Amino acid sequence: MIQFNQAGKRYEGGREGLSQVDLHITPGEMVFLTGHSGAGKSTLLKMIALIERATYGQVIVNGKNLSRVRRGQIPYVRRDIGIIFQNHKLLYDRSVFDNVALPLVIAGHGHGEIQRRVRAALDKVGLLDKEKRFPIMLSGGEQQRVGIARAVVNKPPLLLADEPTGNLDPQLSAEIMHLFEQFNQVGVTVLIATHDIDLISRLGHRTLTLEQGRLVGDSDGRRATVEAGDGQVP
Amino acid sequence: MARFRKTEHDVATEGSGKRGASTGGGSIIDRLHAYGLAHLQALVFSLGRISHSPVSSFMTIAVIAIALAMPSGLHLLLKNFQGVSAGWDNAAQVSLFLKQDINRSSVERLDDRLRAMVEIDSVTIIAPDQALAEFRRLSDFGDALKALSENPFPTVLLVQPTMAYSAPAAVKSLLQRLSHLPEVEVAQLDMEWVERWYALMEIGKRAVLILAILLAMAVLLIIGNTIRLAIQSRRDEIEVQKLIGATDAFIRRPFLYSGFWHGLLGAILAWVLVTVSLWLLDGPVQRLSLLYDGNFSLQSLTFPASLLLLLVGMLLGYGGARIAVGRHLRDIEPS
Repeated sequence: MIQFNQAGKRYEGGREGLSQVDLHITPGEMVFLTGHSGAGKSTLLKMIALIERATYGQVIVNGKNLSRVRRGQIPYVRRDIGIIFQNHKLLYDRSVFDNVALPLVIAGHGHGEIQRRVRAALDKVGLLDKEKRFPIMLSGGEQQRVGIARAVVNKPPLLLADEPTGNLDPQLSAEIMHLFEQFNQVGVTVLIATHDIDLISRLGHRTLTLEQGRLVGDSDGRRATVEAGDGQVP
Repeated sequence: MARFRKTEHDVATEGSGKRGASTGGGSIIDRLHAYGLAHLQALVFSLGRISHSPVSSFMTIAVIAIALAMPSGLHLLLKNFQGVSAGWDNAAQVSLFLKQDINRSSVERLDDRLRAMVEIDSVTIIAPDQALAEFRRLSDFGDALKALSENPFPTVLLVQPTMAYSAPAAVKSLLQRLSHLPEVEVAQLDMEWVERWYALMEIGKRAVLILAILLAMAVLLIIGNTIRLAIQSRRDEIEVQKLIGATDAFIRRPFLYSGFWHGLLGAILAWVLVTVSLWLLDGPVQRLSLLYDGNFSLQSLTFPASLLLLLVGMLLGYGGARIAVGRHLRDIEPS
């Protein structure tokens, strides 16, 4: 699903956001991406979503070599990726329903299908009763769930989340993570950037660790699960 | 229907692991339908946006309207002046001085032939005796004429072209042909002041054209600037749309329609301004016309001219938006 071959991002002035990363995530995996602020988590996600392009190396997403994607084709690549942001990036002058409907409107779906799909997505995140509200009337956790509904409404095969629980308390964070696991169970590949080590170790999925733009750790989540099962607090 | 039901099922029950790509799918008809719907949505949506900020929208539209009304109004005044000049008799009259040896019956035959021509409205015959009498009455040389043994005046035909052939070029070609008639000694045309008048009108027309071009450019700039500001104030929204896979065309659309609406509404207001101004001028003009024993009324914008005004408004609106969108939308990329 995602493959980095010696890929990197060098900014003007020579600083490297990401250095010579080799990475392979297979379809249906759920993977955490962790590291300190500025370690390159966001850069890596941005390169997958073509918000930034690799300066060298190869990035392949969904079978597409991203360096060969022309500017005009970028929207079509992004439609196959659901992106969830820490600050939600909702449109505050539109209702919850309209926010979630936006990817379907953009993709040119008919009115009836939009209605059905938006309701199904809102039902999934537990906000069906709030479709007429405006985002500003919702709590932080609810806003994040609107963002998730918007990301999955188009049923993309890949979900990217950048610090999705950054501003939420542990209880809400766990709920959000549980949602991601549910999507993962039906076959969606999920990649979550977070520095919430506690949560990662409790959930026990494959975890990639970045440090100063380099991939320094790729741990198999099952070991962490065993550890957590042993009752050891990491 | 089956397809819809299946998709709903997928989301609601976490059915199969198969997740479709995000293209709309469906037949070409469905696609076209969705495409048309997207345009309709953008059309209505952009009008809604305009109505959300009525004061600033109205000010922009009013400026556009004034810029469109000025050349339209001047053009109309010019047309009305032309109407006045067309009403003047003898504006372009051709005098045919016939050869001395032409007898009365051939004069009448020529008269009939001339009257039959489409270019000619009327012909007046001035017989030599008549001309002599008039000359005696109007000049001080009456006594001198007595010295002459015979009447020196030829028969003169005053030819009045029809309205359609009163323009200088048409009258001149008529003059050419008439001067080649065997009965005619000299064909003369006093065109000087007609030509001056037409030259003056030409200058007026050119001035209006220049003004129209300048003001059209002003409209382009006004709309371009309005759309540029709209783009800037919607920067975040455009970024989000780009992040979830909106094409440039999708993002452009509401802004282009917004330009279209500004242009159209501006043109409609311009039409109202011109019509009201004309209505205000019509009373005094009629009074003036009565003083000259005329019955002249100002012509308002014709239906084709009104349509043209609206069309120009729409095109300028769309064009201005297109320029602004092309320049500024590309700069906004998510980061």
